[in-house]
Amino acid sequence: MSEREPRDMRIMRPPMPMGRGGMRPGMPVQKPKDFKGTLRRLSRYFKPHLWRLAVVLLMTILSTLFSILSPDVMKNATDDLVAGIRHRLHGIPGSGFDVSGIVHVILELAVLYVLSALFSYVQQFVMAGVAQKTVYALRNEVHAKMARLPLAFFDSRPTGEIMSRFVNDFDNIGNTLQQTLTQLISSIVTFLGVIVMMFAISPWMSVVVFLTLPLSFYVTRTIAKRSQRYFVGQQRSLGQLNGHIEEMYTGHQIVKAFGLEDRAMSQFVEYNEKLFESGWKAQFISGMIFPLMNFIGNIGYVLVSVIGGFLVTRGAIGIGDIQAFIMYARQFSQPITQLSSISNIIQSTVASAERIFELLDEPEEAPEPEDPVLISNPAGDVQFEDVRFAYQPDKQPLMEHLNLDVKAGQMVAVVGPTGAGKTTLVNLLMRFYDVDGGAIRIDGVDITRMRRGHLRSMFGMVLQDTWLFHGTIRDNIAYGRAGATEAEIVAAATAARADHFIRTLPDGYDTVLNEEASNISQGQKQLLTIARAILADPAMLILDEATSSVDTRTEILIQEAMSRLMEGRTSFVIAHRLSTIRNADLILVMNHGSVIEQGTHEELLARRGFYAELYYSQFAGAPA
Amino acid sequence: MRHLFSYLRPYRVAITCIVSFIFIQCLGNLYLPTLMSDIVDYGVLKGNLHYIVVTGLFMLGVSIASVCFSIAASFLSSRTASSFGKVLRREVFSHAQTFSLREFDEFGTSSLITRTTNDITQVQQLVNMMLRMMIMAPLNCIGGILMAVYTDARLSLILVVMVPVLATIIALVFSRATKLFRSMQAKIDTLNRVLRESLTGIRVIRSFNRVSYEQERFDAANFDLTNTTTRVQKIMAVMSPALMLVINLSVIAVIWFGGLRVEHGTMQIGSLIAFIQYVTQLLFAIMMVSMMFFMIPRASASANRIWAVLQTKPDIVDPVAEDIKPSSAEPLQVEFRDVTFSYPGAETPALSHISFTAKPGQVTAIIGGTGAGKSTLVNLIPRFYDVDEGTVLVGGMDVRLQTQSELRAKIGYVPQKAVLFSGTIADNIRAGRQHASDEEVKRAAQVAQAIEFIEEMPEGFASLIEQGGRNVSGGQKQRLSIARALAKRAPIYIFDDSFSALDFRTDARLRAALRDEVRDAAVIIVAQRVSTVRDAHQIVVLDEGRIAGVGTHDELMGSCQVYREIVASQMAEGESA
Repeated sequence: MSEREPRDMRIMRPPMPMGRGGMRPGMPVQKPKDFKGTLRRLSRYFKPHLWRLAVVLLMTILSTLFSILSPDVMKNATDDLVAGIRHRLHGIPGSGFDVSGIVHVILELAVLYVLSALFSYVQQFVMAGVAQKTVYALRNEVHAKMARLPLAFFDSRPTGEIMSRFVNDFDNIGNTLQQTLTQLISSIVTFLGVIVMMFAISPWMSVVVFLTLPLSFYVTRTIAKRSQRYFVGQQRSLGQLNGHIEEMYTGHQIVKAFGLEDRAMSQFVEYNEKLFESGWKAQFISGMIFPLMNFIGNIGYVLVSVIGGFLVTRGAIGIGDIQAFIMYARQFSQPITQLSSISNIIQSTVASAERIFELLDEPEEAPEPEDPVLISNPAGDVQFEDVRFAYQPDKQPLMEHLNLDVKAGQMVAVVGPTGAGKTTLVNLLMRFYDVDGGAIRIDGVDITRMRRGHLRSMFGMVLQDTWLFHGTIRDNIAYGRAGATEAEIVAAATAARADHFIRTLPDGYDTVLNEEASNISQGQKQLLTIARAILADPAMLILDEATSSVDTRTEILIQEAMSRLMEGRTSFVIAHRLSTIRNADLILVMNHGSVIEQGTHEELLARRGFYAELYYSQFAGAPA
Repeated sequence: MRHLFSYLRPYRVAITCIVSFIFIQCLGNLYLPTLMSDIVDYGVLKGNLHYIVVTGLFMLGVSIASVCFSIAASFLSSRTASSFGKVLRREVFSHAQTFSLREFDEFGTSSLITRTTNDITQVQQLVNMMLRMMIMAPLNCIGGILMAVYTDARLSLILVVMVPVLATIIALVFSRATKLFRSMQAKIDTLNRVLRESLTGIRVIRSFNRVSYEQERFDAANFDLTNTTTRVQKIMAVMSPALMLVINLSVIAVIWFGGLRVEHGTMQIGSLIAFIQYVTQLLFAIMMVSMMFFMIPRASASANRIWAVLQTKPDIVDPVAEDIKPSSAEPLQVEFRDVTFSYPGAETPALSHISFTAKPGQVTAIIGGTGAGKSTLVNLIPRFYDVDEGTVLVGGMDVRLQTQSELRAKIGYVPQKAVLFSGTIADNIRAGRQHASDEEVKRAAQVAQAIEFIEEMPEGFASLIEQGGRNVSGGQKQRLSIARALAKRAPIYIFDDSFSALDFRTDARLRAALRDEVRDAAVIIVAQRVSTVRDAHQIVVLDEGRIAGVGTHDELMGSCQVYREIVASQMAEGESA
């Protein structure tokens, strides 16, 4: 007997650490743009699990049916008892209680309950596998897709945004598959089954219960509409408040330095008050749904008791029927309350799936050439011929008619103010972006005729924005070349002047870099990236010279390591040091993203252009 | 968690009302089955139609009363929980405002933000749930037991068996699941980390051709997480069917034993029907309570984080009134007397035995490599940190003997990383001095070389700066931050490496304009570039927290090895000779 079952036990899912909270009526829901299409596409992922899903479907239906049947069985026990009482009342001798009848009913009930519980367990057990496997496959597919996306995709959106698709949207899909899908099925089955059972017992009482339906719909709708306003307001105030907190905390030093504490506080109080006002109203109004639905249920309960009682006295139905009917009436109102919240959850899940599919539909990098050229022993000649490039095709190109001719082993210095777009050069050389016109050639071969992997393997890259991953120092250096031996790793570290500091660390090469790699200094990180590049042994180099973020001594080490690395390789150096610039075979002067001048130091000085001005203001004549 | 509940104390009256309202509502809901059993026993079985109708109307009345109390309780609990959150949030925020940079360093800014926002939301939600469900469930239990015992004490013995069975199942599932939940959380973190690394390192990964390696790494983490999650879900799958089964079997037991009692005439049939309802209600209440326990660990972790903030005493506090000493009149000088300072937990001091004086009307430059302690040094002047030994004097008076607000009012400070607040450009500049006139604001912008780009903006000084200054470039931010300090017209200026994002031309023009503007002030400039400090009246060379030399450029070139090294590292030998 389960008429008090609080909105189906299945909704009480384990609170996932990142799970969404329960949907409350009126809470804003993200709606998908193309519900049907996305749903159809999502369902394709169930194909490998079809027979499992069939089991789940069958189990859900059976388990629900059995729990619907049980009140009907139970009423027989009651009727038997009542009959016994009546007999005793009327003094019919010997006929007393039908004990064997009651035992029979009880055994029947027990079987129903056990089976229903068993089926419900099997259903959840199987669904756990299906849900998790689906999410697993989808997650891997998206990650694999990311490897085929052009750099432009990653450069144009913040890491946090991509992360949130991964974290929240997948979580959403996983939870819905686990919980909501079967809940939807069982709600529908319950709804239909209960209607049938109620009509079987008494059409009149059923009609009376149906009369409370419009009331339920009306209450749900009204509350959702009202509370939505406050939920939106709550969201807005919360956004403002969190923004303010973030701003004041990040600017704490400034708040203190300029004595802005009082102003920060009064602004905070204002936002906090607004949040309180809309927050409690949203809570209150959306929370009213439970007592009100309970009340409507109670009205049904009273009506059933009265009308049922009346019908019993007329001998139209038995007392057991009332008992069963009450249970059905309770179960009947549940799916109605549930369906609106289920539909919200499904909407937001489909919206999540849509965002993931959007990602899967992003245009990929240009395909690899069909007949790729392989340069087995690259010399390192680099040519730019009439190169035209813009990050956005409709914008004024950053580079137009750019011609460069770099001979093997030469050093090219790239200079210009910060943010002048020196990474553009890296992007084009490594084919992170493709040129819009002209060609880049390595040893005379157009780089678009090579596999990207092959092209990139010819380059070594040491940037100031050092990227190391969570793992040991050894693994980080070995990243340069798969299958490097221990001796090679140590040799690379020694050549990069990193061996010494690594050995001073508590665990040497086994020291694990933490997530931010903050357990070694910025300069040491750069030494590790140099070691990584040395191990890779590329024909050409792209280097970022250390600037002020590194202390003088480490800077000297880095300088030595870099010179060592550059020996005999074509190098592009993003230069900050005058000595590097003056020794360069070619200087590229960049500003606002484009190459504005090129030539040797002397040629550029003679031109009296941007470079000359840069040179005189920053270097020449500085110290007398 | 218990500590935070003390913040609920002001709501004692409201909470008492909520508890009693919910109890009344529970009793109402429990009373309905009793009334129904009366309908059966006295109305139906005896054929008394009048009784049926009257009792039915009475039931309706009970329902109405019960829904009214329930809504009143919900009203009070919404307000109480929201108000609790509001007060707690304000408390944490205003407490964090008193923190010095040391406390901010210890917590980490992003952690402090989380503590003030998400953590409080978590705790607030728990309070809200508690005021609704956690009060309701035990009251339902108590009410259920009372009604069951009242209806038939001997039949209630079934509960003595069933409640422990239910509790055991719950305890078993929970003890297995919580451990797995924890490991699942760790695996989620791992997956996110691998993903973040593959996003931030995308250029490196592609340049080293390690895409497939990253794929494997991700797949491993994904697989691991999937396995654990599946296991958790499979364990949790036992929970609700098992509990439902126990409840349903209890009902069967009630029918059997109750049936026997009906047969003996010691119990009425209506009472039996009502009894069944009490028992199910009671067992469900127990389940509800157990579900609550899932929420507690998470909220309790949040509560502990919040409590840690509230418990932290700010390191730097104003002196008591009688200790406050007025500093001498302007112009003011800044003096370091044998100052030593360590960051908490550090083995070696960040600064040791620093002594020098920055005089009004002079420019004092501070130069040195990364980690030499330059920023640390200037942070001691506005008392962002307190020294361990020695004294920092501003206007001849120890900074610890002045109130923080008075001390800071004397200093125009430009931080290393320019921070702007959302609001108009004029608002941001006026942060320096609230009542600065339009002319003064404009003048500050002019000196800071910001006027050109401000006037190019469609709204001029009324243009809005977005949160974190996202809509202006690094160089523009820095210039606005300089303008803000200049608007203050302070007797002391600190520029903590404030010209790094400026291009060379702006840098030069700005420094020329500054020279006239802050002529009488004591100016302290932290710099990386030798070209920036060359003209200073006095250069302090820092090396690993110690003073390696003090003097003019020419003096230092002759006397200071560290300074010569710095110069050499920035210019080719030939250039600096």
